[in-house]
Amino acid sequence: MSTPELKKVSAKPDLLLSTHHSLCPGCGEPLALRVILELLAELGVAERTICVCGIGCYTAFPGIIDVDVLQALHGRAPSVATGAKRVLPDRFVFTLQGDGDMVSEGLQEIIHSAARGEKFTAVLLNNGVFGETGGHMTTTSVLGQRTKTTMDTGRVAEKHGYPIKIADLIAQVDGSTYVARGAMHTPAAIAWTKRILGEAFRVQLEGEGFSFVEVLTMCPTDWYVEPSETPGWIERNFTGTYPLKILKHP
Amino acid sequence: MTKVLMEGSHAIAEAAIQAGCRFYAGYPITPSTEILEYMSHRLPQVGGVCMNAESELEAINMVWGAAGCGVRAMIASTGQGISLMQESFAELANAEIPCVIVNMMRGQGDYFQATRGGGHGDYRHLVLAPHTVQEAVDLVMLAFHVADRWRNPALVLGDFVLGHTSEAVEFRPRDESDLPPKTWAATGKGSRASLNVTPLGSPEKLDLKPGDHYQAIAAKLPRIAAAETRAETGLLDDAEVAVVAFGSPARFVKYAVHACRAQGMKVGWVRPISLWPFPAEAVAAAAGRVRALAVFEQNAGQMIDDVRLAVLGKVPVVPIGGISHDPSGFGVGPALAPANIIAKIAEVYRGKAAA
Repeated sequence: MSTPELKKVSAKPDLLLSTHHSLCPGCGEPLALRVILELLAELGVAERTICVCGIGCYTAFPGIIDVDVLQALHGRAPSVATGAKRVLPDRFVFTLQGDGDMVSEGLQEIIHSAARGEKFTAVLLNNGVFGETGGHMTTTSVLGQRTKTTMDTGRVAEKHGYPIKIADLIAQVDGSTYVARGAMHTPAAIAWTKRILGEAFRVQLEGEGFSFVEVLTMCPTDWYVEPSETPGWIERNFTGTYPLKILKHP
Repeated sequence: MTKVLMEGSHAIAEAAIQAGCRFYAGYPITPSTEILEYMSHRLPQVGGVCMNAESELEAINMVWGAAGCGVRAMIASTGQGISLMQESFAELANAEIPCVIVNMMRGQGDYFQATRGGGHGDYRHLVLAPHTVQEAVDLVMLAFHVADRWRNPALVLGDFVLGHTSEAVEFRPRDESDLPPKTWAATGKGSRASLNVTPLGSPEKLDLKPGDHYQAIAAKLPRIAAAETRAETGLLDDAEVAVVAFGSPARFVKYAVHACRAQGMKVGWVRPISLWPFPAEAVAAAAGRVRALAVFEQNAGQMIDDVRLAVLGKVPVVPIGGISHDPSGFGVGPALAPANIIAKIAEVYRGKAAA
């Protein structure tokens, strides 16, 4: 089989105001942002979009994306999005949270928003670490994962408890309509994630209910691997606990 | 306009609606729950939204979302619940998102919480303390106005007595034509430049300078103080003792002062209406006339700090209040009895109470 010719293309979405950001080389979050911005443009909703952003590395994004943003406090984006979507129901509202923000600090908010069937889309960028603070264990760190606070043993269930599979929890809540999980570690995974994010966004646009997409993102800095090794890291450590699939759909 | 008989809590809620409030979120807690109950049936009638939130944190951050979209929004609780919301108050002030907070206190133990704030950083919220149901109606409407004017949370500090007192009130919506349009609100960018409504900086994109932003927020505070200080005084012309009190207990104090006058004691009162900014000039002016100030508040001594700062040692400042609860702990204590207040004022008047 011959190797296809590699082509260099501009990957900068129209809705990105600046390519400058403070995230690490090899980070998966800018890739997820690109997919989201491409979809907002393709769906023609940028003018009426309100992004509600949590606190984490991705808090670098609100200043460089060309849509309105409400910056929320750590853990609270689903509540802020609830207030926004309830008073402006014809706007397109999505949240952007990391695993520390959503599953550690804000577990209650996301579960209740799902249970209420809030008609916004929640996006989780899950890399299993508190990246912004320097790589500490979050609720979604997988068993065996070495973080700054599980350095000697890795995450051990007896000591640190088990990871929470938030997408599985959300799928079980009656109020959720669409729940799926993607990842950013291979071209195929990115294409898959663009598909499920598009479906989640359409669930909101058609007023069908609460939609939720978890995206596994690479964190070479806090996984202590080279960027080139992160796809393998995800396959070895993450997708067993967090398989890429649609967990619930209308 | 005709007057209607309403319980304080319901009057506060109705005043908010008539001031244009279209979003309310609350978590049930005595003695603020009646506001949530009223909002749950009344707000939908005017096209608004009431959320029976799952926690105080969720409630205040729902308010954040609605208010951040430019909609007038309110939340109510009591001190315990207000404690849980403090992080959001601090950052709402930094994000310059206006909203109205109502604290129906149990007693008056939340003066420090209201005027200093339990949150982090250099912020204040405007604090208005009504002493009658009619004044509560007027100050709720004013709170929405000043919150929008200064793009800062405004807090109405009521209590159990105010919330459960029924009075004939009238609703007099304010002229709001002097308020600028909310061009800062996140509504979807439409044809304008996109915005980032954040506590970390100004809403303009590519322009996050937290240090400069915090300085700008702090620089607003003296301007708010100069414009929004409010107090009521009475019977000070020939007074030898002035009583300082706020909120519902001030109503009892005014009655007690008149009773003291009837007994021949030359006493008057100062009633701070805005607790932040504190009416230090009105208190200092009273101190210039009298030989002692008495402070009645239903707590262990909180506002008295502000009174002492205003008086700067010119005259003795004597605490005559104190913690006083009924068995429920919600705050209609025996210290509120007029006979007690009269006796305490008389002790100060006779020079027998210790400063």
